[in-house]
Amino acid sequence: MDTERILLAHGGGGEMTRALLEKTIVPPLANPALDPLTDGALLDAPDGRICVTTDASVVQPLFFRGGDIGRLSVCGTVNDLSVMGARPVALTQTLILEEGLPLKTLERVMDSIAEASKEAGVPIVSGDTKVVERRHGDGLLISTSGVGIVPEGLSLGLQSIRSTDKILLSGTIADHGLTIMAAREELEFSSQLSSDVAPLNGLCQTLLQLGTSLRFLRDPTRGGLAGVLADIAEGSGLTVEVHEQRIPIHPTTHHAAELLGLDPLTVANEGKIVVVCAAEVADRALELLRGTLLGRAAAIIGEMVPANPPLVELMTSGGGRRIVTRPHGETLPRIC
Amino acid sequence: MTKLLSLARRLEVLTHDQRNLAFMEICGTHTVSLFRSGVKSLLPDSIRLVSGPGCPVCVTPQGYLDAACELALQQGITILSYGDMIRVPGSKLSLAQARAEGAKVEVVYSARTAVRYAKEHPEEEVVFLAVGFETTTPVSAITVLEAQRAELGNLSLLTGHKMVLPAMHTLLSGGDVPLDGFLCPGHVSVIIGTDAYAPIVQEYGKGCVVAGFEAEGMLRAITRLVEMALLGQAGIENCYPVAVRRQGNPYARELISRVFEPVDSTWRAMGTIPDSGLRLRDEFRQFDAQYRYDLSTDADSHPPGCLCGEVIQGKTDPIHCAHFGAACTPSTPIGPCMVSSEGSCAAWYRYSATRSSTVAQG
Repeated sequence: MDTERILLAHGGGGEMTRALLEKTIVPPLANPALDPLTDGALLDAPDGRICVTTDASVVQPLFFRGGDIGRLSVCGTVNDLSVMGARPVALTQTLILEEGLPLKTLERVMDSIAEASKEAGVPIVSGDTKVVERRHGDGLLISTSGVGIVPEGLSLGLQSIRSTDKILLSGTIADHGLTIMAAREELEFSSQLSSDVAPLNGLCQTLLQLGTSLRFLRDPTRGGLAGVLADIAEGSGLTVEVHEQRIPIHPTTHHAAELLGLDPLTVANEGKIVVVCAAEVADRALELLRGTLLGRAAAIIGEMVPANPPLVELMTSGGGRRIVTRPHGETLPRIC
Repeated sequence: MTKLLSLARRLEVLTHDQRNLAFMEICGTHTVSLFRSGVKSLLPDSIRLVSGPGCPVCVTPQGYLDAACELALQQGITILSYGDMIRVPGSKLSLAQARAEGAKVEVVYSARTAVRYAKEHPEEEVVFLAVGFETTTPVSAITVLEAQRAELGNLSLLTGHKMVLPAMHTLLSGGDVPLDGFLCPGHVSVIIGTDAYAPIVQEYGKGCVVAGFEAEGMLRAITRLVEMALLGQAGIENCYPVAVRRQGNPYARELISRVFEPVDSTWRAMGTIPDSGLRLRDEFRQFDAQYRYDLSTDADSHPPGCLCGEVIQGKTDPIHCAHFGAACTPSTPIGPCMVSSEGSCAAWYRYSATRSSTVAQG
């Protein structure tokens, strides 16, 4: 029935909960670890170190161009594992449903979770579902945890970054954040923007062949590219020099940011990585990125240089300079 | 060499061995764009750009925010506001803090959302915080006319709209800010037109050049201002001809004057400037939140030691404020110039390497 909605009773743990799980939630995700619906999933333990992460997805609207909260939840956790150098192995999810949520909406989200999980090749092996009273849940919230395996000998991290290392970006910036903002306000150009939300495990795994010349990976989500570059400067004690004209940005995204008075460097991405690698492998890294579907627009955007104090310096397109800092708190559009 | 660099080279030649010059930009978007595009880094040391009272949030007196917070905390009232207003500290609270205490405060991108929101929420009293210069005022005017047409009984505007020209007059007639000309606002000039600056040129002999927000256009405008100042040939020039006309947008101005009338208005730290604000005409009184809720918005005081008032009048640069970068950062703003994304202090903090702190404080 199209008008069916989530009721508090769906979270009661009784027959209705069982029915919701068996009809709506589990079938799209079906896999051997999940299917027995036991209290936990049993996984084989391969060699290497185990990487564990968790992430919560809260987004309005739940559906937007290029994705939805389901896809976002899977990709967020897969990407957090991937930039740690881990091969994601399994995810668990908690769904917090608000009373009154249309069942159709939940079905759409479950299909999307299933599709993203398949695309990433990472199964959802365990989960939980709760229902909260109307007005206490924003429709639907998802918390996703994940485990991955990091191969022996890998030491990705800010401490590995050296002077003259190059900085690469896997594609255009600010698409996700501006898509959400435009959708929220029904801005006229919203139909031309699309979120970049995507699982990046394939792309990150490809880069691991660079060995110790690969220094650092990070997905520039909230806080945008600016946030990650500030982390790099702060964590490495070196200055980051980036070139504005080398940073890929879609023209519509650029205009949308201008209109809202936002610096696209500070706007969220959900399908991009920042890569720091040794200068001598930078071209090879670029080639590897560009050889993947999600990294076609990759570019070398800057380099690490010694300077005190450590800053992020942007060489602007026209030939000027300015520093880049982490954004503060909420991203708020300006008045005029 | 990029066009920008060759313009910068020309400016260097032009100003070589000449006296120091100071120009004021009176538009928050210029303040930010000048930094963000790197134009500021290309200017010769002898040229100083100062930020004037062009950031709507920065010029709004504390009393306005206090009134807004007072309303926000009343049961049944929903405040709709442009984004950068909600973090500005009032004397006790900011709207963001009021929201955390249970007030209903929603961020909107356009005044027109207010009409839709009020229609969709007939059970709520909706107050829109109508602030900004000539760029946002026409949209507020349309909002009031639409509300009247739809006979909306639950929408009102807390008006804090201001006009740029009276502030320019006040700055110049005070005489304590040595200025050689104005980089005039692109957006505001779309509405008021370049002719509006004629009195500034005639009465005070200061050049007025309108610029858009691209790096090249801004640097070209600065170059023209330098030429005017050094040759003593002040005039009006339009470096943003794709958007700005001599007459501006008469339709938008007609909308403004149909709905609003000039009123003496308090500017933060600048005091009351005659006929520099706009209030709703009597026939639209039912949409005036000040009237409806019997509020005053004019009180002004500022936190001890905060130099925002001096900064927006071009009397000092943000780095000379003792709070700057120490107690006052975008995360813990003391004055409005650090809150708004277009505020002068926030722009200096974010984009200028001359600030004392480093990224480590982010």
